[in-house]
Amino acid sequence: MSNAHTISGLDTRHLLSIADLHRPDIDSLLDLGETYLDLSVQKDTRNNVLAGKTLINLFFENSTRTEKSFELAGRRLGADVINMAMATSSASKGETLLDTATTLNAMNPDLLVIRHSASGAPALLSQKVSCPVINAGDGAHEHPTQALLDALTLRTRLGAIDGLRIAICGDILHSRVARSNVQLLNILGAEIRLIGPPTLIPPDADQWGVEVFHDMKTGLAGCDVIMMLRLQLERMGGSFVPSKREYFHFYGLDGSKLNYAAPGALVMHPGPMNRGVEISSDIADDPDISLITRQVETGVAMRMAILHLLSQGGGDDV
Amino acid sequence: MSKLISKLAISNARLIDPKSGMDTIGDLLLEDGLIAAFGEDLFAEGLNPDIKNINADGLILCPGLIDMRVVTGEPGAEHKETLASAGRAAAAGGVTSMVVMPQTNPVIDDISLVDFVGRRARETSPVHVYAAGALTKNLACTDMTELGLMSEAGAVMFSNGDAPIADTGLMRRIMAYSSAFNALISHRAVDPNLSVGAVAHESDFSARLGLSAAPAACERIMAERDIALVELTGARYLLDLISSAETLPPLHRAKAKGLDVCASVSINHLALNELDIGDYRTFAKLDPPLRGEEDRQALLKAINDGTIDVIVSAHDPRPAGDKRRPFAEAGFGAVGLEMLLPAGLTLVADGQLDLIAFLKAVTCTPAEMLGLPQGVLEIGAPADLVLIDPGKPWMCDVDNLLSNSRNTPFDGRLMQGAAITTICAGKVVYS
Repeated sequence: MSNAHTISGLDTRHLLSIADLHRPDIDSLLDLGETYLDLSVQKDTRNNVLAGKTLINLFFENSTRTEKSFELAGRRLGADVINMAMATSSASKGETLLDTATTLNAMNPDLLVIRHSASGAPALLSQKVSCPVINAGDGAHEHPTQALLDALTLRTRLGAIDGLRIAICGDILHSRVARSNVQLLNILGAEIRLIGPPTLIPPDADQWGVEVFHDMKTGLAGCDVIMMLRLQLERMGGSFVPSKREYFHFYGLDGSKLNYAAPGALVMHPGPMNRGVEISSDIADDPDISLITRQVETGVAMRMAILHLLSQGGGDDV
Repeated sequence: MSKLISKLAISNARLIDPKSGMDTIGDLLLEDGLIAAFGEDLFAEGLNPDIKNINADGLILCPGLIDMRVVTGEPGAEHKETLASAGRAAAAGGVTSMVVMPQTNPVIDDISLVDFVGRRARETSPVHVYAAGALTKNLACTDMTELGLMSEAGAVMFSNGDAPIADTGLMRRIMAYSSAFNALISHRAVDPNLSVGAVAHESDFSARLGLSAAPAACERIMAERDIALVELTGARYLLDLISSAETLPPLHRAKAKGLDVCASVSINHLALNELDIGDYRTFAKLDPPLRGEEDRQALLKAINDGTIDVIVSAHDPRPAGDKRRPFAEAGFGAVGLEMLLPAGLTLVADGQLDLIAFLKAVTCTPAEMLGLPQGVLEIGAPADLVLIDPGKPWMCDVDNLLSNSRNTPFDGRLMQGAAITTICAGKVVYS
């Protein structure tokens, strides 16, 4: 790990949005992520980059994979990890976010990972604490670590992202994953398409540097990668989409719709999946097509790289 | 032999094609349910005596009417009207295609009901029947229906029946969602809160009668809202049953902006006004209510200049028991399949309505909106035709109506013009 220790920090103090990252930062993160991914197959995956440092996972929304992914990443780097499930904690007793921030800051953490249902909450928190803050998903705003792990998954499988045609399908309107991926993949040179019913795509999304489609057949034509998004069950009862069966019929990914894409197209999903709603099981479970399990594995390595580089310090305001 | 049977000739007719504007004396040949040939002196060299020939004697031969707004009682209220009885009434009125509204029991809000209507109509109706799917489940104005699946199952348009969708957020999502399928959204523009309990048009006349009434503004307010949503979403929108003059300027503005907005009017609102409710005549109790004479004049002008696109029968069968009640308690609506053509022709004979503008609004324009191949006199088009005597004088007598229900405000009226022979898919379905 000696080479990793010499890597300098990022040009940003916090990771709140993909917009915080310049291209060299992204390359450093993906390079280090790839290093950690290679190391993860070794017998002893631990090191001591973050030895003696405290990582607090502050999750105001329930999460399984993202929280455990950060926990595992932190532990593998030797940090002390504290998980605070805020959904069942003082926040539910009426404490404001800023009061929580003040309380946490008094504990002198070295890294804060936050997930919150309100867009912009991590940015607010970052103004009140004296350590780097990592956005693990805020409302319908961003989920930058998911975008980075998606990019790393693609890079390790396909070599380069530049020039790929990538479709992001489903509930774009409520998706923080989509917003982060659109920014990151644009920086990395991909051609991005958004596909979904008009009720689930923001009306002005065509100004994000993407092409918008409401039909899978035309939208998927020639796509190298298909990113499916989760559709919340409560949005399928006639409010945004008439029913599950109609959604799957027109927008669910099955074998026949996959055939519209380029031969050998790969499928991704940030999880958790609704089988039979946005994706059929035969595709989700086909290791030649689906990168979904690979995304989870890559997630830990990518987050190790993020924690590592942010802990090095950086940004103008340090 | 069977090939000869499927041929039919109509000679010496006044051929009118509203789409192209053709209006000429000539002949027409039908073959296998399609228009095979037409023109002047088509049979100059004599006609094969094995082919059946109808001598039109100078009567008008034009595409059969397409009625975009028909309520039936099948399924659920077959005593009012079945697809079969509505089909017979349609044929007698020169209507060869009709769109049935979703307010049945159960509501047409599901692919199985769209399928049922199509299948029952093929078995029982002499004319083409198409289903309009509901916009919201059970017409309850809360949840969007499966617009995409119903489109694929054959629903030609979508409507919420007579129940306006007051929830603007829901209407926006319906319009946005439907745009992915290019579906036609038909909506009754009525502000329901401004028309609670109303049974008549708000005017000095209804006030003197002591009837609770709604102002024409309740239509304009909702029309303005819907047009704003069309602009936001890019939906295809049909303003269903326009009734007042003050809704015309917003409609005109929407069209000038290039929005996909069109409007329909019922034949009742072109032929009648609020005075026809007269002495509490419940057969003239309609929804929307009959309005003032200046409204009627403005609607006629809007048909003649093309601002309003479609004329419908607004066929709404009601049993006598629903109508023979005090005005406020009586049901809304009138049967219209057998009145659409004659009432229109009567207005034409009276010089109030232009013949070609009228025929356009009941043939090629609705066909274009619904994406149907009929409604035109073109070689290869479906042989849906009506032979019209535009001068025939007759008196409307409810006892002669073929509909299962006989609630018409035209009872006892003198009419001028009628369908003589109706042909659907090459077969004579009324004569």
